[in-house]
Amino acid sequence: MFAIDPLLESVDGSAVLIVLLKVVVAFAALMIAVMAMVWFERKVVARMQNRLGPNVAGPFGILQTLADGVKLFFKEDLLPREADRPVFRLAPYLSLVPAFLVFVVVPLGGDFSNDRHGVVSWFGKETLVQVADPHIGILFVLAMSSMAVYGVMLAGWSSGSKYPLLGSVRAAAQMISYEAALGLSLLAVLLNSGSLSTNEIVSGQSGWNWNLWATGVVPFIVFFIAATAELNRPPFDLVEAEQELVGGFHTEYSSLRFALFFLAEFMNTITMSAVIVTLFLGGPNGPSFGPGWLQAILPTVWFLAKLLVFLFVFVWLRGTLPRLRYDQLMDLGWKLLIPLALGWFLLLAAFKIGQDEGWNRAVVGVVGTVVILLGALLISMAVGTARARRAAVEVEA
Amino acid sequence: MIASLFAAQACAPSECFAVPANIAFGICALLMIGAAIKVVTETNIVHAALYLVVVLAGVGVNYLILQAEFLAVTQFLVYIGAIIVLFLFGIMLTRAPMGRSDDLDNAKLRPAGIGAAVMLLVVLGGALLSSFGETHLVFSTANSTTALSDAVFNQYLIPFEVVSVMLLAALIGAIVLARRD
Repeated sequence: MFAIDPLLESVDGSAVLIVLLKVVVAFAALMIAVMAMVWFERKVVARMQNRLGPNVAGPFGILQTLADGVKLFFKEDLLPREADRPVFRLAPYLSLVPAFLVFVVVPLGGDFSNDRHGVVSWFGKETLVQVADPHIGILFVLAMSSMAVYGVMLAGWSSGSKYPLLGSVRAAAQMISYEAALGLSLLAVLLNSGSLSTNEIVSGQSGWNWNLWATGVVPFIVFFIAATAELNRPPFDLVEAEQELVGGFHTEYSSLRFALFFLAEFMNTITMSAVIVTLFLGGPNGPSFGPGWLQAILPTVWFLAKLLVFLFVFVWLRGTLPRLRYDQLMDLGWKLLIPLALGWFLLLAAFKIGQDEGWNRAVVGVVGTVVILLGALLISMAVGTARARRAAVEVEA
Repeated sequence: MIASLFAAQACAPSECFAVPANIAFGICALLMIGAAIKVVTETNIVHAALYLVVVLAGVGVNYLILQAEFLAVTQFLVYIGAIIVLFLFGIMLTRAPMGRSDDLDNAKLRPAGIGAAVMLLVVLGGALLSSFGETHLVFSTANSTTALSDAVFNQYLIPFEVVSVMLLAALIGAIVLARRD
């Protein structure tokens, strides 16, 4: 497949054209998806809150996003007097670009059954229905999601105002904390797939052999919760808690710059859902039937269907759950998700070795669980003793 | 210091294994040198940290040009995604100064800094040239991640484990020093 080849030395002209075509199509598709997502979220949340939601612009209010975009486009662009101008101008783009880039490694279609690895033939050229398939695919996703914190942090800092600054400090702490859980739950998938490439990960899940159950559901749940926190979506939206921080990190932003943040947020939701589908739900894998043209588009249809489920769940969470307190957020991340993901990873690794060595699965499971529980007990005892000692010292003082 | 380190990298010409790669390297190196100089001369601490991001990203791009994808993405993940974010987090949590802070620039020590930078440039540049000056890199599409992991977990397993234990010790030490209870 294509190694990372930024100078395009190993490809000929038509291949470059196909790459360009894929980039343009992916860009356009993502933009349209974001517009649809904004409408979808507003409509679904409205229905959940027993309101009508957007219903004026176009049929079912579907053109509402377009109308909002035009409005924001013509609004006055305000720059606060205390703002750090270059950084204030830069921040929205730092937020938007990583959101776009993650989409590059997500396989959007192609037949993955029978070891076909999603290769499709376009204009007589064999290619993949994803913009790029680097060997390090999934690490690229992690790198970009860790890059996304810059936009939020710098926006808050450069506004020169206290509420945005508080929002951005919260964002930094939250995103750093949950990145660890995100990475650790991802390890279970990598252990199962044996590859970092998104294409290989999807290929390994063909024929209902999804990572969701192959890794035992727990990494999926941890990944989903960590992803929600990483996206700063409710119930983890402390970054822009309206009741406490006015609007959070983007309080001082208006006009098109605000629109860019808004766009980045929804784009991140879509790309993160796409990543979850790729990692745990087999991406474009699904039953194939019907005539040739139907078989060609079915993988993309399955992918979109799975994507839609997650987008709905994200909106559902927003409409249902109250926001966490900051200490609850940190407790959940550090004391529950990270140990759980790490323990589960160790258990899966033990199973993997047991499989290679031909040991009895039940014995491996029991011994592994006992060892992990013992370790957890020891650590919690150590922490408990330290805490009790500190409490005793505080009582004396 | 950082400026000199990356200036040295830029000065040691990687042998011509491909013309476009060399052009890309040249552009990248110029950007990095400029950013590295700004890191030390900038009086706004957040701006300095952001210029450092540019320098570190340039190193990542250099890795990409050398087809070390795994190293490149690790560079982005660790240095830009974690270390500089922690820098910024620390700055914002403590002072978050907006304008210029005049105490960032120490004019008296400037000659010493330049001297140290030049010395480091000569030493590093000389070392790089003498050990890798004759090496020609070949373009390959092999999966460097596999090769890297094989090397780390076979040939260099013991040093790798020793380093990880050392890092753990440093971590625990930092907690012990910081908590004092």
